[in-house]
Amino acid sequence: MDRRVVITGMGIYSCIGENKEQVKDSLYNGKSGIGFDPVRVEMGYRSGLTGILRKPDLKGILDRKQRNYLPEQGLYAYVATKEALDQAGIDAEWLKENEAGVLYGNDSSAEAVMAGIDTIREKKNTQLVGSSNIFQSMNSTLTMNLATIFGLRGINFTVSGACASGSHAIGLAWLLIRQGLQDCVICGGAEEVNKYSVGNFDALSAFSVNPDPSKASRPFDRNRDGLVPSGGAATVIVESLESAQKRGATILAEVVGYGFSSNGEHISTPNVDGPRRSLQRAIDAAGVRLEDIGYINAHATSTPVGDLNEAKAIHEVFGDVKPPVNSTKAFTGHEMWMSGASEIVYSIIQMQNNFVAANLNFEEPDEASCHLNIPKERIDNYEFDTFLSNSFGFGGTNSTLIIRKFK
Amino acid sequence: MTREEIISKSVDLLSEEFEVDPSIITDEAPLKETLGLDSLDLVDVVVLLDQEFGISVKASDFVGVKTFSDFYNFIETRLNA
Repeated sequence: MDRRVVITGMGIYSCIGENKEQVKDSLYNGKSGIGFDPVRVEMGYRSGLTGILRKPDLKGILDRKQRNYLPEQGLYAYVATKEALDQAGIDAEWLKENEAGVLYGNDSSAEAVMAGIDTIREKKNTQLVGSSNIFQSMNSTLTMNLATIFGLRGINFTVSGACASGSHAIGLAWLLIRQGLQDCVICGGAEEVNKYSVGNFDALSAFSVNPDPSKASRPFDRNRDGLVPSGGAATVIVESLESAQKRGATILAEVVGYGFSSNGEHISTPNVDGPRRSLQRAIDAAGVRLEDIGYINAHATSTPVGDLNEAKAIHEVFGDVKPPVNSTKAFTGHEMWMSGASEIVYSIIQMQNNFVAANLNFEEPDEASCHLNIPKERIDNYEFDTFLSNSFGFGGTNSTLIIRKFK
Repeated sequence: MTREEIISKSVDLLSEEFEVDPSIITDEAPLKETLGLDSLDLVDVVVLLDQEFGISVKASDFVGVKTFSDFYNFIETRLNA
């Protein structure tokens, strides 16, 4: 059974907007969400750069227990998921009568883990961590919380694939729905942005130290000096075409291909072959011609080697076919576990509104990015109906999704 | 701390923590039912007592605590221990 798989809802809570409209405005107008957090420098971080987010206040929206069990990234995930479900036209009644699942990307819950262990060490009484710490700390915190808040009765687990987590979640949902095993899966990814969350990543000197936050994330630019950590949450409602049509839902896009691979080499340094195979597998699965792909949302995080090797992989696969390529991380920084899902949202927003956002801060290409069509300025009045989105992560995990307008 | 102070502080803390109207907290009202406590919430009562009254207890210590009056007695006894 090969069923068609569509997207019927999207929600986003990120440093460039707390909903789709705000995000569209930021992407269109070149508004970066990156700032500087002096507390990180006081804590010994090499870089104080981060995406800047406001914590949503869910008092009066969720009850006490529901709120307490959510870690920081869970607050974002709830808001994004509610926005996505509302757009899809899915309410509590429908979820009670139908089997919807949840596959969400998450690969840490550092602040909650730290708080719990600190308390136990200091107090020597485990009960003083309170009842909520366990539910905030586990890696599956988002799926356990979203499933109970929304009453989900289908597949329910967290996808931990480093910075490709959100993308793999959507890919796995595509496989399950395509094969007839699920009708509707809530997919996404979330990432915490607190000062404890990325100290160990900062230790690797992977972050930009550019003194100007708005210039720090510069994917593919010759003078890039590292990524900017960021976060938030993004949710997409992935559904069988039959289910969407039965509900009379507006179909936003169709998921047509999922590719994946593992580099099998270095734990943090990416290569070219792994990403290349992921791209090719997605293209083969989608059955599209290279010429059909009108836009590529690159993984490019603004690290020297990562961007270089991704540019090489894209060039190896696409050759003289040169669709516009940007990395929306130029706006957001690297949203890590969330990025594979948020970048589907950013890409669909661009597709729906006939533009490709500028690759902010792309001033001078390097020896690989010079072969790609990377826009320094926003491309307007550009209609495309198929795009490819890359997400790669530590351990050499790679994921590629191909999405097109529903016809 | 006098019994009146214990009662006043408990009503404020419990009504805020468990989001109930303070007027439903009366001496003979059942603690768990009134506050909607399950076994998980009892762990949060342990935290509350530690942070606000400086009393170190375990959730299993609440076995005999049925009413709010029992709860105030429990605190009073522990504070005077």
